[in-house]
Amino acid sequence: MTDNSRIAASASSANPFMPEQMRIVRRYDLTSDVRFFQVRPVDMERALSLDYKPGQFMMVSLAGVGEAPFSISSTPSRPGMLEFCIREAGRLTGELFKYKENSIIGVRGPYGNGFPLEKMIGHDILIVVGGLGVAPLRSLLLYILDNRDKFGKFYVLHGARTPAEMLFRKEFFEIKERDDLDCLLTVDNDPTSQWPFSKGVVTDLFPKIKELDPDNTFATVCGPPVMYKFVVAEFLKLGIPKHQILMTLERRMHCGIGKCGHCAIGSIYTCLDGPVFSYWDVLHMKDLI
Amino acid sequence: MKALKLKREDLYVYLESLKSYGELWGPVGRGEKYAYAKLDNVRDVALQALRTIIPPKKFFVPPRFNMFRYSDGGYTETFEDVKPRVLFGLHPCDIHGLMILDELFLERFPDPYYQKRREATAIIGLSCIPDDKCMARSTNTHAVEGGFDLAFNELGDEYLVWVGSSLGDDLVRLNLDLFNEEIDAQNLQKYLEWRRKRDSRYKLNFDLTGMPDIMELSWDADLWQEFADKCLACGACSMVCPTCNCYNIRDVSDLSLESGVRERHWDSCMNKEYAMVAGGHNFREARAERLKLYYTHKLKAFITEYGKPSCVGCGRCIDTCPVNINVAEVIRALKGQEVKV
Repeated sequence: MTDNSRIAASASSANPFMPEQMRIVRRYDLTSDVRFFQVRPVDMERALSLDYKPGQFMMVSLAGVGEAPFSISSTPSRPGMLEFCIREAGRLTGELFKYKENSIIGVRGPYGNGFPLEKMIGHDILIVVGGLGVAPLRSLLLYILDNRDKFGKFYVLHGARTPAEMLFRKEFFEIKERDDLDCLLTVDNDPTSQWPFSKGVVTDLFPKIKELDPDNTFATVCGPPVMYKFVVAEFLKLGIPKHQILMTLERRMHCGIGKCGHCAIGSIYTCLDGPVFSYWDVLHMKDLI
Repeated sequence: MKALKLKREDLYVYLESLKSYGELWGPVGRGEKYAYAKLDNVRDVALQALRTIIPPKKFFVPPRFNMFRYSDGGYTETFEDVKPRVLFGLHPCDIHGLMILDELFLERFPDPYYQKRREATAIIGLSCIPDDKCMARSTNTHAVEGGFDLAFNELGDEYLVWVGSSLGDDLVRLNLDLFNEEIDAQNLQKYLEWRRKRDSRYKLNFDLTGMPDIMELSWDADLWQEFADKCLACGACSMVCPTCNCYNIRDVSDLSLESGVRERHWDSCMNKEYAMVAGGHNFREARAERLKLYYTHKLKAFITEYGKPSCVGCGRCIDTCPVNINVAEVIRALKGQEVKV
């Protein structure tokens, strides 16, 4: 609920429930159960005009199976493609994992508020991800890298259980080499003893954060539910204001446009008013987390 | 809005003339209850019907319908052919319920399936005298100033007919000779008397002021668990509620497995799987949580969003719940009045 602007539904159809035909152009495994999908609207003009905000999501449709919401992992600053980072977890993803390159799937969106970029510009940024939490935050991370001069200091903290389970591992190794941000990586366990970086949980990385101006910082976290409590506590310890601590939430959704009711929390719909919420939203709205 | 008069004895003649606009639907008897049915014979209409089992929402959001047909070529919209129709006999609470659905389905991201059915339907309201399950006065939905094309108000041997829209005016003109435009002081007097009579008949009267605050402060109260202990989670309260609009999507394959339909069907937040996500995590596993969501949405969340509750006081949950959990009982419990749970 950090941004009141409503994003218009797929411009290509008057029926907001109509999925667009998109082609899987690339897919590969990130870990044993998480797969990367790169898709593109079959219509090339639409592919190039497709716009969205980091933090938004799309509804993916498989004919005969159904529809489910997925965070967008790509950045609008690299147009033409949509990327998703998907764990095989249910009926739809189980089926989606059988789809190969050049298959056509249905996609509609983008939906949700996304990150309040216009407010975040000019601020220091701290991104903390754990596990599959990288899915929505990779979009923000790449967006900031592509617009690096518009933001202040930039910290990225990424935690995984093991090196093998670190999503986008190679990409993060490359990002770590850059000198225009501090990218800190950690794993809980290192069975191979080959891991060159930190060991421990992601909150262990916080002492390495130097020179962050808390009042001028937007911090964002996404990861397994257990992570939020500890990471938010660290944000607060740094002195980051509650309304500048952002998180994206998951809920069951069947429409994405505030009709089906499933993602309702109090007087808001996660699909319209979220999925990005501030820690202040979480504190004053019951049931958010 | 203008008002006309129609003699009671001319009602059936007028109902018959409405058929030149489209199919005529209205409440008919079903055992001890009532349901909307197509009025092939206008004399079948149950003018005494207070509440139908299922509210008129079924005309605009059918319990189950197809959204798309899918095949190799992708998705094609499937709009059922909705012929022009007249829905007669909606009481003020049901018209208010429909106006709430209009806000949900027609405002942002208009739903074309709802819109098509809504546009094809003329709404004719009918006044009523409440029974002991009606609480529309408490929800301020006991009278209507809009949301209908025509509204009939019974005044002894005639009806006062409010014309609420341009379509309503067209409907009057289908048999203009039956209507009388002269409203006199006596009519006004009768109308005011009728209103007083109606208002005096409400047995369920609640002050809903401050309900959002009361619910906020009762978030962790025992009453939710007490209700949950007897709730069957059957979802009947959602099915009969004029403003419950939650739905699920399901793809149904043809036998060939190569094509099929995407259908939409009613869901209820009382169902256990309602907030379950892939991987099995359930955001509302406990029955008490789901009950609380249902009533929070009616009496707190909707007030915050739209300035009015999404309960229209029709009494259907009171009439339907097999274990006597309903909006009146929940309000009593929240307001600290004695409830036998």
